[in-house]
Amino acid sequence: MSPSGSVGPIRVLIAKPGLDGHDRGAKVVARALRDAGMEVIYAGLRQTPEEIVESALEEDVNLIGLSILSGAHMALFPRVLALLKQKHATRIRVFAGGIIPDEDAKKLKKMGIRAIFGPGASLDEIVATARRLVGPTHS
Amino acid sequence: MPIGARRVLRGDRQALARLISQVENRDPSALPSVRALYPYSGRATVVGITGPLGVGKSSLVNLLLAHLRSDGKRIGIVAVDPSSPFSGGSILGDRIRLARPPGDDGVFIRSMAARGHAGGVALATRETVRLLDAFGMDVVLVETVGSGQADVEIHEVASTSVVVVVPHLGDEVQSLKAGLFEIADVFSVNKSDLPGADSAARYLSEMTQLVPVTGSWRPVVIQTSTVAPRGIPELWEAVTRHEAYLDSSGSRQTRDRQRLTDEILGLVREQVDAQLLRALEREPDLQALLDRVVAREIDPHSAAERLLGEVRRPR
Repeated sequence: MSPSGSVGPIRVLIAKPGLDGHDRGAKVVARALRDAGMEVIYAGLRQTPEEIVESALEEDVNLIGLSILSGAHMALFPRVLALLKQKHATRIRVFAGGIIPDEDAKKLKKMGIRAIFGPGASLDEIVATARRLVGPTHS
Repeated sequence: MPIGARRVLRGDRQALARLISQVENRDPSALPSVRALYPYSGRATVVGITGPLGVGKSSLVNLLLAHLRSDGKRIGIVAVDPSSPFSGGSILGDRIRLARPPGDDGVFIRSMAARGHAGGVALATRETVRLLDAFGMDVVLVETVGSGQADVEIHEVASTSVVVVVPHLGDEVQSLKAGLFEIADVFSVNKSDLPGADSAARYLSEMTQLVPVTGSWRPVVIQTSTVAPRGIPELWEAVTRHEAYLDSSGSRQTRDRQRLTDEILGLVREQVDAQLLRALEREPDLQALLDRVVAREIDPHSAAERLLGEVRRPR
């Protein structure tokens, strides 16, 4: 084990909670994060909050990105946050994207979702936000 | 014993996950725990699942997982995917095919980027397998990067290597070639619901019969399918038979000894390399020497010899 470079790439879990089969957005974001040098664990469709948090812990990620278009965000996102808290893993930051009305977005941010991206958000902005959320210690 | 190691032995999954990251990042603070956990490893059956991309490795691992879990075995999975040569980033997508009951503590799945390491696994794969072993997993399945003909490093990590192929992958001569096909202890002819599976399995079986070596292991060929699951118990049975052969023939001991020798030499080489580089960085004439090589005044071989002379000279 060499003493050099003990901090690795940012690890992000990208998941789609609940019952919604549209994953193009999640894939585009995953690809952009990959191209920004991050290790993206793509968990895919129809994940329960329990599965998402379990995967995030095993993979020791820095970030969870949730993509949702079904409208069930007010039920599923708080559950993910609560599970992270229960597992003493609030070091893992959560951001989200999809169709989320402004008033819901406000509430979700209060609950602890760090950033929310709607249609038209630029990939550069998402990458920059992901980097900012993890902090300066990472590449 | 370091607290990290103690937590891993107590079954703390987050401590294990953290330690794996530190090993991946070559973080020296992982060393005390890694050292302390070594005596607890060496019990798990380590099975490599390798083969070209798209042959169904993840789906096979998923079915093996279900098969072994129903048997009560505790399973660790390391799934390796490539890193981008350009950005260094990676998409680790093997989890999408791995299903398990939520909250099942008998399973630990870890995705791993190769981080530029060639050969089909990551530099950290071997140590991660050992950590899962020490964590108490009965079986560790290692799924390699989609492999090319020369990606055979899994053979140095696993006790049994399963090479997965599909029908129409190539003619008989392909199966004679050196490399990937040589390391198979078990062949899985996957997607055997497709036409051509019988002849692919026959080619492979014939190939394994070509060399008459008494007393040594002859690779077993199993037809498998993951759409309408087929051949999974048989596949595992073949793995178990190979494991039993390793014990009865004494080759497990010989192999382990050889691997650990290679590993220790590798670690020594790494240290020597680093020391050498540090010594050379201090070498004031290095830039001047480089200039001369660039100007074609001396050749790289002579330059290397001259530098070696400098390093050898007692200071």
